[in-house]
Amino acid sequence: MSFQPDPTVPLAEDPATSGLPDPTGPLTASGNLRRRAAVSRLLEVTATASAALAVAIFCIVVYAIASRGLGAISWGFLTSDLNPVNPALGGIAPAIVGTAVMIAIATAIAMPLGVLIAIYLIEFAGRRSGRVIRMALDLTNGLPTVVVAIMVYGLLVVNHGDSAIAASIALAIIMLPLIARSSHQVLLLVPGTLREAADALGVSRWRGVIGVVLPSSLGGIVTATILAAARAAGETVPLLLLTSLVTAQNVQLDPAHALYGMPFVIYQDLESGVPSGITQAWGTAFVLMAFILAANIGSRMFLARNRSRLGL
Amino acid sequence: MLYGLCAFAAVVTVLIIAEVAYQVITGASPAISRYGLGFLWHSAWQPNFYVFGAAEMLFATLVTSLMALVLATPLGIAIGLFLSMLAPRGVRTVIGPLVEMLAAIPSVIIGLWGVIVLAPFVQEHLEPWLHSVLGFIPIFGSAQTTGLSVFTAGLVLTIMVVPIVASLSRDLFLAVPRDLQDGAAALGATRWEVIRGVVLPTTASGVIAAALLGLGRALGEAVAVAAVIGGGSIIHASLFEPGTTLAARIINEIESLDNNLHRSALFYLALILLVIGVLTNLVAQAIARRVGGDQAMLVR
Repeated sequence: MSFQPDPTVPLAEDPATSGLPDPTGPLTASGNLRRRAAVSRLLEVTATASAALAVAIFCIVVYAIASRGLGAISWGFLTSDLNPVNPALGGIAPAIVGTAVMIAIATAIAMPLGVLIAIYLIEFAGRRSGRVIRMALDLTNGLPTVVVAIMVYGLLVVNHGDSAIAASIALAIIMLPLIARSSHQVLLLVPGTLREAADALGVSRWRGVIGVVLPSSLGGIVTATILAAARAAGETVPLLLLTSLVTAQNVQLDPAHALYGMPFVIYQDLESGVPSGITQAWGTAFVLMAFILAANIGSRMFLARNRSRLGL
Repeated sequence: MLYGLCAFAAVVTVLIIAEVAYQVITGASPAISRYGLGFLWHSAWQPNFYVFGAAEMLFATLVTSLMALVLATPLGIAIGLFLSMLAPRGVRTVIGPLVEMLAAIPSVIIGLWGVIVLAPFVQEHLEPWLHSVLGFIPIFGSAQTTGLSVFTAGLVLTIMVVPIVASLSRDLFLAVPRDLQDGAAALGATRWEVIRGVVLPTTASGVIAAALLGLGRALGEAVAVAAVIGGGSIIHASLFEPGTTLAARIINEIESLDNNLHRSALFYLALILLVIGVLTNLVAQAIARRVGGDQAMLVR
């Protein structure tokens, strides 16, 4: 049934001239409303375009690495020693091994420390000490890597010379806040009932932590460590300042001497600017990026699976 | 026993900060006692003549970081809005991780890409275009021959800062109570009005903290900037000229020191970075803590 104006009630004003909306007109946006809708629409388009831009840049960078790096990759590239005279004839095996050695040492330092800090924050810290430690972690996390590296430089390298150990310590300092904060968050998710059940059984504090709390959050801690290791593997500044004076071009394992790392090889090639060096840089970037993306995607999938299992 | 170990680990975190401050100050002390605070505004850098001043590095560091801040903050907020309010769930779970993985690309690889791919593009297209359109503003001077410039460094830093601002602000926007947004929508607010009237005001301080964290990252970035900034050492008004930042100078020169004072001057640069970094971080933390209070109030 359509709207019929009651003829006995006179219209106070003609809608066309009063400026009021015509009550009998169809419901379409007009004037101010149309402008507001347009502004809103504009914002949505801008936000979507921004997200598209970020994704596009990620894709462009990854595509550049894949298209230019893949050509450099061969079995020989991965297994041969470095050739400083003509990079095209050499490989990057010492850099892959060196990065692995340094990351292994850095993880061995940072993971236990980070987990212990997280346990301290959960189990023992009072209001005040907890705040101090969280603040120290945030500050460490915010330190420029140059500052961390130059600290270790002043501490070790000035007197004892370059070594892979020094770089590992700097990398461990970079990893520590990442591992500690994520482990803290994972430990927070452990249900209080689990801990109470352990207490009720008369289990001592440390057995409760080691036997109940840690196992239920081990996956999260390992994920956090892998992500931190992936971040550290790409750090260049510590290698540049602390372990750049490498003498041997073949695969070395001794961390008391300077070792090559993949980011350092890329940086050196970029500085030299020789075309064959640039090719080697793209190849090295490909290997490094493959590891970092694998670590990121793997840990995300692991977290997603766990989250759905826990029903979070 | 476990308590002892944990307490030891906790003490180590605090010690690391103290040790960083101690080492940097000790290393810088010869330069501090010789040049004092004048180091900050003197602009000559001649290691073999014992002449050191940080002015042009400070300038280039601030210019590149501010450029990154100005470009990355609105972009990051827009991406955060897209991921938290606009995108459907399926899109969100794909785009979100992609944006975050942009932050996982090592800075040396960004630098390599910046030199080989981005710099030629900037030099051939972006700089001439900006110069022809906005050339009446002195900061958009004529393009140089290489594309290695303060401008390119700012772009590279923007790429590195955007994912930080985006993921932090997305988390903030997701925490805005749904009731408030629905309430505004029920009053007839459009999506943009909900965002401007409810979402942004309740998260404003958090977003500022996120931008500051991004700024801290930009200030301290060394390798990517060193690769694309071109290594000039004169203060130019134009963004298209080369320059050197504090961090870039340190990594360029620390392995080829002329004398002990040279090393000490580089430590002094690191000290400047440390002070700026700690200040930005503390301010961001203070703001973030206030946000925590705000949101607790809102929920109640």
